[in-house]
Amino acid sequence: MSIEVKNIVKNFNAFKALDNVDLKIETGELIALLGPSGSGKTTLLRIIAGLENAESGVILFNDKDVKDEKTKDRNVGFVFQHYALFRHMTVFENIAFGLRVKPSAIRPKEEQIKSKVHELLNLVQLDWVSDRYPSQLSGGQRQRIALARALAIEPKVLLLDEPFGALDAKVRKELRQWLRRFHDDLKITTVFVTHDQEEALEVADRVVVMNHGKIEQVGTPEEVYHNPASAFVINFLGNVNLFHARTEDGTLISTSHKSILESSKGTTKIYVRPHELIVSRSSLSINSIHTTITFINPAGAIVKVEGKSDDGQLVQAEISQEEYSRLKLTRNEEIFLTPKNITFSDYSI
Amino acid sequence: MSAPNEKIWIQRILISIALLYLVLFIFLPLTVIFYSALSKGFAAYFKSFDDPYAIAAIKLTLFTAFISVPLNVVFGVAASWAIAKFDFWGKNLLTTLIDLPLSVSPVISGLIFVLMFGAQGVFGPWLQEHDIKIIFAPPAIILATIFITFPMVARELIPVMKAQGNEEEEAATTLGASGFQTFWRVTLPNIKWGLLYGVILCNARAMGEFGAVSVVSGHIRGQTNTLPLHIEILYNEYNFVAAFAAATLLAMLALITLLLKTLVEYKYRAELKAANKTEVFA
Repeated sequence: MSIEVKNIVKNFNAFKALDNVDLKIETGELIALLGPSGSGKTTLLRIIAGLENAESGVILFNDKDVKDEKTKDRNVGFVFQHYALFRHMTVFENIAFGLRVKPSAIRPKEEQIKSKVHELLNLVQLDWVSDRYPSQLSGGQRQRIALARALAIEPKVLLLDEPFGALDAKVRKELRQWLRRFHDDLKITTVFVTHDQEEALEVADRVVVMNHGKIEQVGTPEEVYHNPASAFVINFLGNVNLFHARTEDGTLISTSHKSILESSKGTTKIYVRPHELIVSRSSLSINSIHTTITFINPAGAIVKVEGKSDDGQLVQAEISQEEYSRLKLTRNEEIFLTPKNITFSDYSI
Repeated sequence: MSAPNEKIWIQRILISIALLYLVLFIFLPLTVIFYSALSKGFAAYFKSFDDPYAIAAIKLTLFTAFISVPLNVVFGVAASWAIAKFDFWGKNLLTTLIDLPLSVSPVISGLIFVLMFGAQGVFGPWLQEHDIKIIFAPPAIILATIFITFPMVARELIPVMKAQGNEEEEAATTLGASGFQTFWRVTLPNIKWGLLYGVILCNARAMGEFGAVSVVSGHIRGQTNTLPLHIEILYNEYNFVAAFAAATLLAMLALITLLLKTLVEYKYRAELKAANKTEVFA
């Protein structure tokens, strides 16, 4: 099922949660709503589910307006950040809930409910916990049960609110890959909210970057990462070094270091991601920045190096382990950082 | 968990004070009640209940509780639901008003109803015209009891409902449950021990209330006397055995309440803990 929202506005008292949001989600897509807290991503998800009412705007499911449909009639599977499992029911009863509350005319028989619940438990690989209570499960298990419960009503769309937010790092990684595979098998239109850019870029078909109740950019993970549409997107999707610059006589002078780049703009900002800096012991070009190493973290797949430029700005670089052992860097050593790739920006933050 | 040696005497003094207090103010009076009631033997004890006025007082007390407790359960659930799960204008005022009967003297509470429904009261003339008796009749006793006991259920439920939040209800809605199904299958099971605890307290107070009921009752024997009022009359008539015999009924109610309260509290704590646990995981 496709979902389309048009001109959605939502205020919480004086706070603008959503400010004229438009978004079209195609059938079978896996979409991430990515943004910091307070960006409106969860509100948008709740409005799609009908848990929140928009002040104005239109919500279309398969091009049909659902504004007057209540949550219980929208047939959306919703997975809550804190699972919201029914604490007084066993896992079996939790999953059966959606089937048991159906009107008697279309309610499945007890054997059908039983087989459906076990089918779902197998799907989330937790058939052995059916008689337990939610409090007896781990966070990751609870989240998978919450997903099975949401799928019991055979929803046309699956909405997940920070589904992995309350889990520890390792379980998070496992579950998000699991979600991706799961979606590839089921092909159900899925929207999930996250503030973790890595999670969004890794899992989603398309990423919707949100900030201050507005959509900053919509695109594939590759597009938003390599062609960010705004300064906010550049900043939010991973670490970035920012240099302020101005032009003099048609040439660009960085105020951070002496480099001359062609530009026609008056003042501008230059963004360079840490892995786009070449670390060397000698100046490679006029753009090379002279820095003193203040910090090195070699624990990890890449080595993080932080240098302080002559005018006091901290610049972060990332190099491979091979490069690191070849250069034999130590603290307080003097190095040059040269951008391989420069993103100009006249966006205002 | 043992305190350092030099602190043990402090511990012992504190425990002794608490025990002395309990003996003096609870155990001793209770013993006196049962001792006095049985001072002339079991025959005299049981005979004192063989009195139409005593039976009428017991009946009226039970009837009052029978009406006021269910009404306060409905009110308590509705009010705590509204306060815990919704934001609305005047919410703080409502929360304060719910506590009002606990901070007002019961005599004043009774007087309010006299001023409203009494012969000189606001609705007095109208009620007389239509020959409806409220003051000095069971309706006033029930009204005063409802007023006195309405915070009991709500006060117990508000913290439980607040701790549990709204998410399970929202989950039920997304799974297709109607409002009624959500309440019956999700909300009510989650609050059942807190609710029962509130009902027990509410019932104990409804049966034991003296002040407010005394003001509106009129003390008509066999008609508007509840058990606590009946005890007072018997006592004033120097009929000590009968007075204390009736008092044993209230004392036993208190003891049973205490027992039930302890049992429910045990379960209720688990409920609150479960609510808090999910909060911690959250």
